[in-house]
Amino acid sequence: MSSPADLPVETTPLLEVTDLVKDFPIRSKGAIRRTVGMVQAVNGVSLHINRGETLGLVGESGSGKSTIARCILRLIQPTSGSVRFKGQELAGLSRRQLQAMRRNMQIVYQDPMASLDPRMTVSAIISEPLRIHRTTGDIGARVGELLELVGLRPEHGNRYPHEFSGGQRQRIGIARALALEPDLLILDEPVSALDVSIQAGVLNLLEDLQRQLGLTYLFVAHDLSVVRHISDRVAVMYLGRIVETGTGPEVYETPAHPYTQALLSAVPIPDPKLEKRRRRIVLEGDAPNPASPPSGCRFRTRCWKAESICTEYDPELLDLGIGHPVACHFPTPDDLMGSEQG
Amino acid sequence: MTGQTSSRAEIPVLSVRDLEVAFPTPDGDVQAVRSVGWDVYEGEVLAIAGESGSGKSVSVMAAMGLLPATAQVSGSIAYRGRDVLAMSDKDLERLRGSSISMVFQDPMTSLNPVMAVGAQIAEGVRIHQRVNSRTARSKAVELLDLVGIPNPGQRVDSYPHELSGGMRQRAMIAMAIANDPDLLIADEPTTALDVTIQAQVIDVLERAREATGSALVIITHDLGVVARIAHRILVMYAGRAAETGMADGVFERPSHPYTAGLLGSIPRLDAPKGTRLIPIDGAPPSMLAPPPGCAFAPRCPRATPLCSQEIPELRPIGNQQSACHHGEDQYNEDEDV
Repeated sequence: MSSPADLPVETTPLLEVTDLVKDFPIRSKGAIRRTVGMVQAVNGVSLHINRGETLGLVGESGSGKSTIARCILRLIQPTSGSVRFKGQELAGLSRRQLQAMRRNMQIVYQDPMASLDPRMTVSAIISEPLRIHRTTGDIGARVGELLELVGLRPEHGNRYPHEFSGGQRQRIGIARALALEPDLLILDEPVSALDVSIQAGVLNLLEDLQRQLGLTYLFVAHDLSVVRHISDRVAVMYLGRIVETGTGPEVYETPAHPYTQALLSAVPIPDPKLEKRRRRIVLEGDAPNPASPPSGCRFRTRCWKAESICTEYDPELLDLGIGHPVACHFPTPDDLMGSEQG
Repeated sequence: MTGQTSSRAEIPVLSVRDLEVAFPTPDGDVQAVRSVGWDVYEGEVLAIAGESGSGKSVSVMAAMGLLPATAQVSGSIAYRGRDVLAMSDKDLERLRGSSISMVFQDPMTSLNPVMAVGAQIAEGVRIHQRVNSRTARSKAVELLDLVGIPNPGQRVDSYPHELSGGMRQRAMIAMAIANDPDLLIADEPTTALDVTIQAQVIDVLERAREATGSALVIITHDLGVVARIAHRILVMYAGRAAETGMADGVFERPSHPYTAGLLGSIPRLDAPKGTRLIPIDGAPPSMLAPPPGCAFAPRCPRATPLCSQEIPELRPIGNQQSACHHGEDQYNEDEDV
């Protein structure tokens, strides 16, 4: 089994994010909205994605995963840090340069009903990026081609979004994102709003499109099973930080960060017999408030391994002989499925 | 659906028969539930599973008398042999909240935002039990402790907005078990929660059920949650039962192509890497005009002309009950795999 991550790749990753920070100000109420604090949504995140691979960015609500996606596209301004696409720094680009750059990076959102204009026909929606970027050629033919590419029929172009099911709408969103033939697709919870029977079709479509078109994906999601299914490499986030990253098998089969272990053990598997004998790590309490994160390791308030060093020193994301980088003072690989795989 | 009850002598806590629910709209009647029946016995966990629009929530809301007056409900619902639909409002009120209680998906819409959670629990206690306010308050603290809320003595005075989503759901569960119900109904209790919080809430539900000895009906779209908690499962599709049986059996050898299809379409954490998902073609039918015959036939790989003519009734296949003309083929296929 060779994933694109194992193959020799170009020396420059398609996308490289270094020390990304995004703080959101908390403002007081009233006419003079003073800044009274900062929510550190993303706190020093570095990641890279090689051409043709899928990086899964997984975490619970408030972990900062969607903020990273928006910072990469400059839909919001990062507080600091660098985002390089094909080696070129995106910080400091003019509006026009950014717009040209975005041709190559497109996003698909979770809720297609909210991201598709209800008063536009599907053809108008899909051809809008073509018109904005003044592409030459037969736009009508291209729209038909894109609809077929995502498993819809060309005549669907004359209809409006409300005439489609959730899964079909998400396909329309994907067709729009593919219109400009981007290299990188950022998928922000693309199947979270769909029923499982429909979700499977969209996931299969994404796999097929990647193979056909050589696409690179940043797949942002909270569902660990979906991320495992689609990703070559995975980064697990907690409270604005990446706590563990590696290939799919490294993270899922030998998770070494206590949070990753707890997260994986909490996912129920649709197999009653297996569920009865699985070991489960149930975390205490909730994630801390990102406006006042704990000192040292951000996970220590819920961690059963925490010692005094965890309060004092923030563990860096390093490979300390585990085989993949883990941000923990006491990383221990753990095979959570052990009882089942023997 | 009487076959499965044959081995049991006792009367079910709640028994639903031939339940039909329709909502009139300008475009015609939405037939949300089309003849569904189920029983839940003492101490048992029954999961009602299905996708959006399958009628799983509506069937339970109808059983509890919680649907708007415009809903047309027929069928029979019996609580320990007593007809619920014939009960007076007063009797129904006594039943709800004391013998049967509910936990909803979104605790923020079911909790009173301007009342401390402890006071809300105490209020529920005092409506159904003859106790003074001090006893009710200490009972509230006890219940918050049981559902794992830290510092219950202080949290009893917290308002819902001061609690996290997981804590609110715990408070809802505390309220639901305050009067030692016989039956707890949880409607997508973990759907809005993160996975680590979901695991906590499932634990709390199990603990609450054990503490009160009540039966539990859990409505969910998540087959992982079903596998984790349920003894028996009822799979619904387009307002009808597709399959029902012991959870172990249904997951191991589904006897309805829809159940098999659902299981095949879920990415599993323990699946071999590179497993291709098998989606179910098409989309669920409109409930304004459900197809004649089997509602799943247009999406079913096993469909024959018979399927679009005749509605399949639930019938025993193996240890399960399946509403499929080709249920045996489905059941036996999985034996070879």
